[in-house]
Amino acid sequence: MSLRKVQIVLWAAVAVALLGYLGLTIKARDGEPVTDATFQPVFALADAEGRTRTVEEFRGQYLLVFFGFTNCPDVCPTTLSEVAQVMDDLGGDAARVQPLFISIDPERDRRLGLAEFTTAFHPSILGLAGTVQETRAAAESFKIFFERNDDAAAPDGYSMSHSPALYLIGPEGNWIKQFTYGTPAAEILADLESRL
Amino acid sequence: MKTLILAFVLLGAAPAAFACESVSVGGITVQQPWSRVSIGTQRPGVLYLTIRNDGPADDALTAVSTPAAETPMLHETVVSDGIASMPHVMQVPVPAGETVELRPGGYHGMLMGLTGPLEEGATFPVTLTFATAGEITIPVQVLSMRAEGPECDDGQ
Ligand SMILES: [Cu+2]
Repeated sequence: MSLRKVQIVLWAAVAVALLGYLGLTIKARDGEPVTDATFQPVFALADAEGRTRTVEEFRGQYLLVFFGFTNCPDVCPTTLSEVAQVMDDLGGDAARVQPLFISIDPERDRRLGLAEFTTAFHPSILGLAGTVQETRAAAESFKIFFERNDDAAAPDGYSMSHSPALYLIGPEGNWIKQFTYGTPAAEILADLESRL
Repeated sequence: MKTLILAFVLLGAAPAAFACESVSVGGITVQQPWSRVSIGTQRPGVLYLTIRNDGPADDALTAVSTPAAETPMLHETVVSDGIASMPHVMQVPVPAGETVELRPGGYHGMLMGLTGPLEEGATFPVTLTFATAGEITIPVQVLSMRAEGPECDDGQ
C-alpha cells in the first residue's frame, strides 16, 4: 500500500468518526433527558397567599417540580398522588425535599383555589401560580412545554397540554433529572433516598 | 418469592377490599368502576372502569351518562413527544375477545359539570352506551384522592 493510500484510509476513518460524533450529539439533543448538561431553572411565582416565591429560598433542599393545572382530572392527580406517597415514605428526610406544583393555567387555578387542590394530595406540596408571563418564563427555564388549546367541548372552552414529567432540582439549584409520567412512587423514593 | 411477598404487602395495604361491581349485557362485561373524590363541583370528575368483550364481534363504547354530571364525555390522555393532552374521543373500541381499560393516563370518562361533590365512599350510577350491546348501568365507587384503583376481592 502506498503512503498516499494509507493517508486516504486514515482521513476516511477521521471522517467516519466525525460523522459518528455529530450523529451522537444530534441524538443527544433529540433525546429528552438532558442529564449531564446541568442548568439552573429559575422562577418567581406567587403562592396561594399571593407572596412571591423564588427558587433561591429553596437552596439546600431538593425540589420535586410538577407543572400542571387543577382542572386536570387524570394526569395531574396521578402524579401528585405519587409525590404525596413519596413525601409520606421519606419520613424524617421529608424536610429536605420540597414538592412544588406550578400552575400552567394560573388565572383559572387561582380562581378555583390552588391550596385546596394541593393540600388534598399532601400538605407539603406548595402550589404556585404567577402571571401568564412569569409562568411562561418559569417553563422556559425548566425547558418544558405547555400550551392552551381551544376546545369548545372542554370546561371554559379550553384545555391545556403540557409536559407531564416530574423534575428534580438539587440543593444547589441544579437541574438533576426528570421522572417521566407514570414513574412509580417507589422508584422516585429510592432515587431520592440514594441522594439524601 | 418476591412476588409473593409483594402480594402480601398489597393485601395488607388494601383498604377494606370488597367485591367490585360487575355487570354483563350480551358479551360485554363492565367491571371495577371507580372515580376519585372531588373538591367541590367546579372541577371535572373522572371515571375509570374495565370492559371485557367475550362476544364474537367487535363493539365500542360510544357514550356515557350519569346524574352526577351535566356533561360527561369520553376522553383519552395522550402523551406524545413528551407532551400530555386530553382529546375528546367519539368512541372507545372494544374488539372481540379483548379487555379495554379506562384508567389513569389513558381513556377516561370526563365528568364535567358535577351536579354535586363526589364524596369518598359514596357511589353514583353511570350508564354506558355500546354500539352493539346497548346500555349498561353500573354503580361507581368514589375512592380517595390518592387512589390508584379499586381493590377487589374477586381479583378479576
Ligand atoms: Cu379528560
